[in-house]
This record gives sequence, C-alpha cells and structure tokens, in this order.
Amino acid sequence: MFVYLAKRLLYTIPIVFSVALVCFMLVHLSPGDPLVSILPADASAQLEARLREQYGFDRPLPVQFWIWITNALGGDLGNSIANGRPVLSEVLNAVGNTLLLACAASILGFALGMFFGLVAGYFRDTWIDKLATSIAIAGVSVPHYWLGMVLVIIFSVQLNWLPAVGAGSGSWTWTWAHVQYLILPAVTMAVIPMGIVTRTVRALVGDILSNDFVDALRAKGLGERRVFAHVVKNAAPTAIAVMGLQLGYLLGGSILIETVFSWPGTGFLLNTAIFQRDLPLLQGTILVLALFFVFLNLAVDLLQAMIDPRIKRG
Amino acid sequence: MAIATEPLREIAIVEKRRGYWGTVGRRLVRDPVSMICAGILLLIFLSAIFAPWLGLADPFRGSMITRLRPFGTEGHPLGTDELGRDMLSRLIYGGRLSLLIGILPVFNAFVIGTILGVIAGYNGGWANSAIMRTIDVFYAFPSVLLAIAISGALGAGVLNSIVSLTIVFIPPIARVAESVTTSVRNLDFVDAARASGASALTIMRVHVMGNVLGPIFVYATSLISVSMILAAGLSFLGLGTRPPQPEWGLMLNTLRTAIYVDPWLAALPGVMIFAVSIGFNLLSDGLRSAMDIRN
Amino acid sequence: MLEEIEDRGGPRQALLDIKGLKKHFPVSGGMLGKKQVVRAVDGVDFGVAKGETLGIVGESGCGKSTTARLLMHLIAPDAGSIVYDGTPIGRDLSLRELRRRMQMVFQDSYASLNPRLTIEDSIAFGPKVHGVPDAKARELARDLLGRVGLKPETFANRYPHELSGGQRQRVNIARALALKPRIVILDEAVSALDKSVEAQVLNLLIDLKRDFGLTYIFISHDLNVVRYVSDRVLVMYLGEVVEIGPVDEMWTNPRHPYTAALLASMPTLDPDRRTTQAPLAGDPPNPIDPPPGCRFHTRCPHAEPVCASTRPSLADAAPNHAVACLMHAANSGHSKAGTMLEAS
Repeated sequence: MFVYLAKRLLYTIPIVFSVALVCFMLVHLSPGDPLVSILPADASAQLEARLREQYGFDRPLPVQFWIWITNALGGDLGNSIANGRPVLSEVLNAVGNTLLLACAASILGFALGMFFGLVAGYFRDTWIDKLATSIAIAGVSVPHYWLGMVLVIIFSVQLNWLPAVGAGSGSWTWTWAHVQYLILPAVTMAVIPMGIVTRTVRALVGDILSNDFVDALRAKGLGERRVFAHVVKNAAPTAIAVMGLQLGYLLGGSILIETVFSWPGTGFLLNTAIFQRDLPLLQGTILVLALFFVFLNLAVDLLQAMIDPRIKRG
Repeated sequence: MAIATEPLREIAIVEKRRGYWGTVGRRLVRDPVSMICAGILLLIFLSAIFAPWLGLADPFRGSMITRLRPFGTEGHPLGTDELGRDMLSRLIYGGRLSLLIGILPVFNAFVIGTILGVIAGYNGGWANSAIMRTIDVFYAFPSVLLAIAISGALGAGVLNSIVSLTIVFIPPIARVAESVTTSVRNLDFVDAARASGASALTIMRVHVMGNVLGPIFVYATSLISVSMILAAGLSFLGLGTRPPQPEWGLMLNTLRTAIYVDPWLAALPGVMIFAVSIGFNLLSDGLRSAMDIRN
Repeated sequence: MLEEIEDRGGPRQALLDIKGLKKHFPVSGGMLGKKQVVRAVDGVDFGVAKGETLGIVGESGCGKSTTARLLMHLIAPDAGSIVYDGTPIGRDLSLRELRRRMQMVFQDSYASLNPRLTIEDSIAFGPKVHGVPDAKARELARDLLGRVGLKPETFANRYPHELSGGQRQRVNIARALALKPRIVILDEAVSALDKSVEAQVLNLLIDLKRDFGLTYIFISHDLNVVRYVSDRVLVMYLGEVVEIGPVDEMWTNPRHPYTAALLASMPTLDPDRRTTQAPLAGDPPNPIDPPPGCRFHTRCPHAEPVCASTRPSLADAAPNHAVACLMHAANSGHSKAGTMLEAS
C-alpha cells in the first residue's frame, strides 16, 4: 500500500515535467513568429530586438524552456502579450469562476447520474432502464454548446426566467442575483458527466447484483431496501472516482460552454488568448488547467487505493 | 483409432458456416436500433455526397431582403439564415465538411494508434515503455483542452483542426490497441504459431491482427461521436473553417446572433450534429454487442 | 509435402539431451528497484530416449511448464544446451528446424486455437509456414482431423467456439502433428478435460504415438495419468530435478523423500496402500529466495544440518535411475548416507 502510494507520487513528477514541456512546445508549434502579433506595424528593428530579448525568444529552445520552467516553479508564468499583466494572476482570477461552474456541474451530474444509473441497473431491461439509458446516451452524444443555446432559447428568450449570459455584476455571492447566472451553464455542463456516471453505475449495479453475496443477503432474509442499500454502498466508490476524473475534464473542457454563456472563466481566457495570439497567456492557462487535471487524477487514484483494499497496483 | 464420442452441438451443425464477420453482420442487421441509426446516417452521408445533384438552392447566395425567413417559406422549406441563404441547402452542404472533419481524425488516429499500440503490445519491453509512456503524457490533458490547445497554437483552419483532433484520438486508441494486443499475445495460440516456426510478421498478420482489429475498430467508432462534437466545437469557436463555408459548427456560431429573432432556426445546425453523434454512438453500441458472440 | 525427418544417431542415441538448462525471470523488486529473480528453472539436466514417454511431475510452480517452453524456445533460456539427435541446437540446427521436429500441445484448448480461424486453417498454418502449398496443407489438415477422430467433413470449417473441450484438444493434437514432428511436448494437455474425455484423449495419444513413431514429453500434475502413459518419470522441485527413473521402479521404490511424499499424497482407495508417512506439509518455499543446500530440506522429514549447507547433485542410485539427495550420496555427511543405497 505504502509502496503503491509512493510509486504513484513519484510517477507524477515526470508527468508534470512532460506536461510542462508540451505546454512550452505549443508556442513553438505555432506558425510564424510569436512576436509579430505584439509588434506595432511600424515597429523599428530596435524595438523588435528589445522585445525579442525581453520575452527571451532570441535564446536557444532548451535555454528558453529552462528559464520558463524555473520561472513557472517560482509562480511566474510571464506577462500577457496583449495587456502586459502577469499571466498567473489572470489565470487564477479566471480559475475560480471555472471551478465554481465545474463543481456545480459535477455535483449535479453526479447526483443525476447516480440516480439514473442505480434505477436503470436495478430495474434492468424494463422500460425504466430503457428510459434512463436513453437519457444517458443522449447526454454523452449531445453537442453541449448547442444544448446551452437551446436552454438559452427556452429559459431566457422565450420564458425569460433566467439570464442568458455573464456571471452577474460584482464579485460572486451565493445570492439569487448571482446564482441565477450559474443555473443554465451548470445544467448544460452537467449533461456529459450525467451520461457517463449513469452508464458506469448501471454496469456496476449489474455486476454487483450478479454477485453471490447479493443472493446470500436475500437468502438471509434481508429486505429489498437493504439489498439496494448494499448495492449503493458498493457502487459509490467507483462512481466517485469516475466523477473525480470527470471534474477534471469539465475544468479543461469548459471553453465551449463558457463561450456560449460568456462565463468569465479560464475557457473565456483561452478564447481571448487564441484570438489575440497571446501565446504566454495560452501557455499559462493550459499549463494550469493540465496541472489541475494531473493532480485531480492523482487524488482520485490515491483516494481509491485508500477506499478499496483490493487495489494493490504497481 | 479413437473416435470422438462427445456430444456435438447440434445448432452449430445446422447453421451455415459464415465466419466471424458474417455472424456479426447478421446479428447487427437483426438489431432495429442499429438499423435505424445506420439508415439515418446513410441518408445524411448520401445527401452530403450528392448535394450538388439534389437540385438545392445555392448555399452561398443570399439576399439581405430574405434574411431569417421562418420554416416553410416559399422556396426555403427550412427558412433562411442570417444572410438570407437557404438553410436546407446549407445544412446538407454543411455535412460535407462537418462529416469530413469529424470522421477523418478518428480514421487517422485508428491507423496510427493501432500501429503504435500493436507494436507496443506485441513487442513489450522497451518499445512498449517508450510508446506507452509518451502516450501517458497526452493523457495528462483533458481531451477538449488538448484539442483547443493544439488547434489554438496552430491557428484556425480545417487542416489544423483535423491534425489537432487526430493527435487527441491517437492516445486512447493506442492504449486500447496495446491492451488488446497484449492480451492476445499472451494467448497460447500465438505461442503455438511461434512454435510452428512462423516469423513475427506472419504471426502478426494471421494471428494477431485478425483478433485485435475488431475490438479496436469498435472502440474507434465509439469515438466518432465525440469527434463530431469536438470538430464542430472547434468551428463553433472559430478555429475550424471560415465563413462563408457551410459547416454545422460554424453555422451554429454565426446564427447565435439570431436567437432573439428566430430561435429555432438558429438551433437547426446543432440538430444535425446531435443526430450524427447519437447515431454513431448507438451504432457503435450495437456493433459492440453484435461482436460479443459468445453471449 | 513435408519430408519425414530422418533419424541420425540410431536408436541408442538420445533424441534430446539437455544440460544445465536455466531460466531466471526478473521481478521488479521493492521500492528501490532491487533486482530479484525467480529461479524458475535452475540448472536442469536430462535426456529423452527415442520412442519413450518421459513424464514430468511436480507441484505447480516447480518449473515444469517453463521447462517445456524453454525446450520449444518460446522463451529464451539463460543458459544450457539442448542437443537434438546428436545435433546441438543453435549451432547446427536452426530454431525453425528444431520446431519442425518438436511440437507442443498446451493445457488451455480454447486459448491455444485462434478463434478467427477455422479448424482446418489452424492445422494447415504450420505446414504453410514451412512452404507446403495451400491445397496440400488443407489436404493434410483434413487427413489429420480423421486421424484424431474428428470427421473432416463435419469439423474442417468450424470455429473453435463451436467445439467441445475434448474436440478442441484433438484439434490441437492434430495441429502439433501437422509438421510431422518426432517429439511432442504435452503440457498438461489433458488436465483441463473431464475424466471420461481425458481417458479418450489419452488413448488417442497412445495410438498416435505408435502410429507416428513419436516421442512424448508428458507434463502433468496428475500422478495417475503420468503413471498410465509414461515409461520414465522426472520429478521437479523448485526448478531442479530431484529424481528421474523408470516409472514402475519409482512408484514401488521412490528414492527421493520428495517423490515419496508426492506419491504418498496421492488419494488411494486401496486400504493396504494407505500410508502412515506424513503428507507433504505446507507450500513450497518462495522460488525468488530458495533455501540453500538441498531445496527440499525445509519440508523433508529426514533433513539434517548438512542438508541446509550442501547442495546434492543428481547421481545414479540404481541403473537408469538418478536421485539428488544426500542420503543417497556416499560420505555426504548425512547420517543415513549410503544406507539407502544398500537398502535398495
């Protein structure tokens, strides 16, 4: 157990390093000179040289990488080319909003997925199962940015119940004035994890119910409700692990939904970075999101190893 | 000479020999959901391919006078878009690019990922470590983020979005290919083939490929759904094709401004993406259960 | 067609002569990556005579199956030499040629047939690899199906999942015979079958051996079956040979305490043969770190301090019968040394 934990932790180091390398290389993947986008059209050769040196583009690649990664370790992800502000503070401002959205969506998706999955697995091959499975398939097949538009059409344009875009004015508070902005994007975002959790839980419940111990419980005279409780208890750890990973996907994949709802999160930041060709900002945002994902994976693995004694990987 | 006296499986004798894929095909044809999905997908495909010969309106010609006409307008059964172009025509023409950028990456990734995964799985050892550890790095990125990062770095364009989605789908396919190949490789029939003196290449061709391609293919078909959504998503963000090309994701984007005028018209391109995506998902599920012959 | 393999050294030359065969599998050690090895096969010597059936027995994990795979070179040996009919393998006989002469039947009848190939294709694969034209190879396959008791017209175009376990194992035997080998290694080939089917397949094997003039290496954990088919028996313990000799002699007068314990642990219905000897206790020690000296001393009822320090070597205890035990080695330091020799 200890060996597994230690191994898993050690394994994270090369992964983090490689992730940083990929993020760094992204800039050099892009065609053309990254400097061109920030230079005024009539820039003098002197200005160009000065800026080139300032951003370090004149050094050899490994040196640039070394400087970049040591700075990153010290919390300095460079400055945005577009507005000159530190990338890290820009990203951290946005991450809060994205986390809020992704967590709300995760909780909602998990709750719905758990419910549909348990019901579908328990009443396997009945119309209830077919209905829940259909919802799940629709959930994983729907282009969520389109679903967002449809929800806006229904609840904002036609019914005028909820605001269409934005996150409300001022800093976030848990009041209706702000929460009303969260509802549509969170519901939209919850659809995919809902579908995935439903499918996972349905399969899990099927496996659990076909185990001998369930028959043993029934033979002992346990009521169906207690049997169901056992099923839930056994399905929960895996479902939570799946949800943990989904949270990571939501964090990284929020760009489309944030664009639809103009939600001021990391996705919105990415969008800006891409279209203003603000490469340090692009690099920094992707690095932060990918690291979130790596550490979330780590947390899920460790948590699972602690919960489930059967896992002795490595 | 000893004679087999074990009971024969009677059904197996009566049934005509069709081989594995024959049996899978027959089982698939018997599944109504799969057949409906296949029918709808075929209709979308064929109409996209033969769009120029369907007598549709010009998908590029619009008119400011006939902007955003509702459904059922004379000459425009599905109305017109924000520039007055015929929606039906644009939806059908849009399929050409949307299907291409949705399906081609999965196909590319299927070819490359299978080669990588089979090499890693069959050889094991350092080849396996080198390939699989590299793939682990890409697993450290959520797929949408990776697609957008590469696409964003490369810049907008159809080719770039195909490249970025191909990169996104290689790791999962290679992982599946590796695990399937490893499990097949450890089966005794591969050892029996080696024991017969066959070369590694012959064993791969006759004994490994036939057993791994099926499962990898089914897995790849299940990715088409995600790929369609992501490809259209890239276009929706403006990272795919450029106006005035008809493409579902891009159409969805440009029609967003129209949701206050004619909301349901604006949602139409999404219906197409949804239909193709769910069609492939269900078809892939059907194929998976049809291939599970031992059940 | 494949030509018959010629005999070279005459009937008295061993068909196989194995010396110092060794295979250590590396296992990833603890956190510090300490290199550890499983001594699966640790210096094994034996010969196989032309036309005999050599049984190999031992508890699971003793290295029986690894030995079989080493002989076929499905895994590369770390050390040791294999001489086939006077010809050293690797130098004068290529692996490909060796595999023409030696074939193997595996335990799992389902896993050893490619599920995507028809029975006929599976059997014809080997000959085709060796250059037999497709039509000829198929003809051969159908002929062999008949020889193993499966009607070619019924079975040739079937797939493995349409056959029963016994039928599949017949197919595997036919596949092994398709290259006209002289030696067939049967690695637990009948162990997974039902008792009644097992008996049929065993009789088929005996018939085929006579008809094709084969030599068998018969690996099994089932001592009754081994006694039924074997001429000689080799007993393995923790990767080493502890005793090898004629089957009847071994059963009536086992020399090595481990052989005796194995035989004693066999269930018997004969009250006169019930033994008072303590059955084999516990599991075999870990092959990663085998006991020093005689590897059996931790479980041996006759163990003495010397057994923990001196490693016995395989030596003749009787004509054609070798044992690796200090009790059978003169002046070994064991209190019973030499006495057992006289007793026998």
